[in-house]
Amino acid sequence: MATRHQKTLARLMVAPSVLLLLGWMIVPLAMTLWFSFQSYNLLSPGMEQFIGWTNYKYFLSDPAFWTAMQNTLLLVGGVLVITVGGGILLALLLDQPMFGQGVVRIMVIAPFFIMPTVSALVWKNMFMNPVNGLFAWLAKAVGAQPIDFLAQYPLMSIILIVAWQWLPFATLILLTALQSLDSEQMEAAEMDGAGTWAKFTHLILPHLSRAITVVILIETIFLLSVFAEILVTTNGGPGYQSTNLTYLVYSQALLQFDVGGASAGGIIAVILANIVAIFLMRMIGKTLE
Amino acid sequence: MGSITLKQVRKSFGDVEVIPGVDLEIHDGEFVVFVGPSGCGKSTLLRLIAGLEDVTSGQIVIDGQDVTQAAPAKRKLAMVFQSYALYPHMSVRKNIAFPLKMAGMPADEQERRVQHAAGILNLTDYLDRRPGQLSGGQRQRVAIGRAIVREPSAFLFDEPLSNLDAALRVNMRVEISELHKKLATTMVYVTHDQVEAMTMADKIVVLRAGRVEQVGSPLELYRKPANRFVAGFIGSPNMNFIEGEAAARMGAHAIGVRPEHFVMSTTEGAFAGTVGVAEHLGSDTFLHIELDGGTPIVARAAGEFPVDHGDRIWLTPQEGRVYRFDKNGLAL
Repeated sequence: MATRHQKTLARLMVAPSVLLLLGWMIVPLAMTLWFSFQSYNLLSPGMEQFIGWTNYKYFLSDPAFWTAMQNTLLLVGGVLVITVGGGILLALLLDQPMFGQGVVRIMVIAPFFIMPTVSALVWKNMFMNPVNGLFAWLAKAVGAQPIDFLAQYPLMSIILIVAWQWLPFATLILLTALQSLDSEQMEAAEMDGAGTWAKFTHLILPHLSRAITVVILIETIFLLSVFAEILVTTNGGPGYQSTNLTYLVYSQALLQFDVGGASAGGIIAVILANIVAIFLMRMIGKTLE
Repeated sequence: MGSITLKQVRKSFGDVEVIPGVDLEIHDGEFVVFVGPSGCGKSTLLRLIAGLEDVTSGQIVIDGQDVTQAAPAKRKLAMVFQSYALYPHMSVRKNIAFPLKMAGMPADEQERRVQHAAGILNLTDYLDRRPGQLSGGQRQRVAIGRAIVREPSAFLFDEPLSNLDAALRVNMRVEISELHKKLATTMVYVTHDQVEAMTMADKIVVLRAGRVEQVGSPLELYRKPANRFVAGFIGSPNMNFIEGEAAARMGAHAIGVRPEHFVMSTTEGAFAGTVGVAEHLGSDTFLHIELDGGTPIVARAAGEFPVDHGDRIWLTPQEGRVYRFDKNGLAL
């Protein structure tokens, strides 16, 4: 039981770190907000002036915006489906007793330690390259026309690359959750006549629901801001086919030098992220009870 | 219907032989208790019957059918686990109905059986709660309910009361006994607590290191223990063993006397000793005595017996209540 004195003291002690974090967040946010109402182009320095909502109007009416929005949602959704689905399957496999379990587990986790730019380049040059890539070689081996993944299916390719990076994370979290499943419960279900599928749907999935929610939440936060993979592979192209909101903001600011418009885009991205966060929090509230 | 026969059942985990070979006959409607110290293989034996472990060799026959290789669900047995093993995300109703649902029973029949089981176990008011919202005793009853609805040919209990507090344990003991009388179904019950074994069983199977030491009714085991281990395990407090000259005089390696079979006196008797701790409970008096030879003895006197720490005391075993054991611990 904490007394009132202890509580006051505790608040005082955490205050510096809270204030620091608050400042860390609030300063960039305030500056972005400020720039978003300015006409601020790097090509015409010294001409900054307040222009109201114009930046927002331009950004929202840009045809690329809606494509980017759609791509962002497809990217997040696609990667989530692959990682959660694949993660459950891999976790179930890795939970089986087998020879060399420890080594296999470490190898499965490995992709998570590779930085995004490196893994994207490996995929781009060693797997998906239409001339030298492994997939092209496979296609040629059976006499088929090699596919130029990044040109023909750019968004799908990026989803694949990002999913490959996040699959270990999902697997790891789900495997840990799976290992905490009470073995007596499984035995009870066996006595009750539940088959493999019934055990999966009635016991394992409900048991994993909390872990799945955590995976979805954490991955969504990071997937909304995927950038490096796009930059080193497709540069958002062809056209806007693989441009997400993050990449659009980047190109607005550093390729078109329009800091004001990019800031408006940034604020829109923040709002979008918050809407997603509200939905996720509600979902979590339900499963965590 | 619910007779279970074990024929030369053996079980090893790798090189470790846990059950070196058990023959056992359980008749229809019997309440059989497997009792023994922890690690004696009693739970393993139950899990072999349930089918949760595969036997290494031997045969398990239920109702005349060889089920040695049959899956657990095909053996028509229901099991209550030590941790209750309720499904945490399902309501009590769904927990109890789960085996019926798995068997593909129509919904109205499921509901009828759940209501019936809930009525027997006083769970009707809790059907819509989750296991997490129930007390230990209620969870225990849900686990039993889940076993009852299947109308199995036998119930298996794996130390079901060990997670309950002392008072509740006594209550549940009585409830399970009553349930057995009501259903008249075979029950196999595993415990390390000899009091549970004595109070509930029709037949007790005493196990040590995977071997059956003795099988019999509670009073048979109390009156005629086959060896020193059974004699020491059954009865509370434990039987006293006296070795050496006193035993040799009676032609045995060791003699055993139960605490309640001593006649005590402050003036004369067969063995002299000094009172260590005296526990005066009113209804009984338990005396921890050290005999002059150094042998510790626990003796029980009915009612009050006014001695205290350091007093001299003399003990005489009652006529015909002395057990004699040879060098190997077998009863003579």
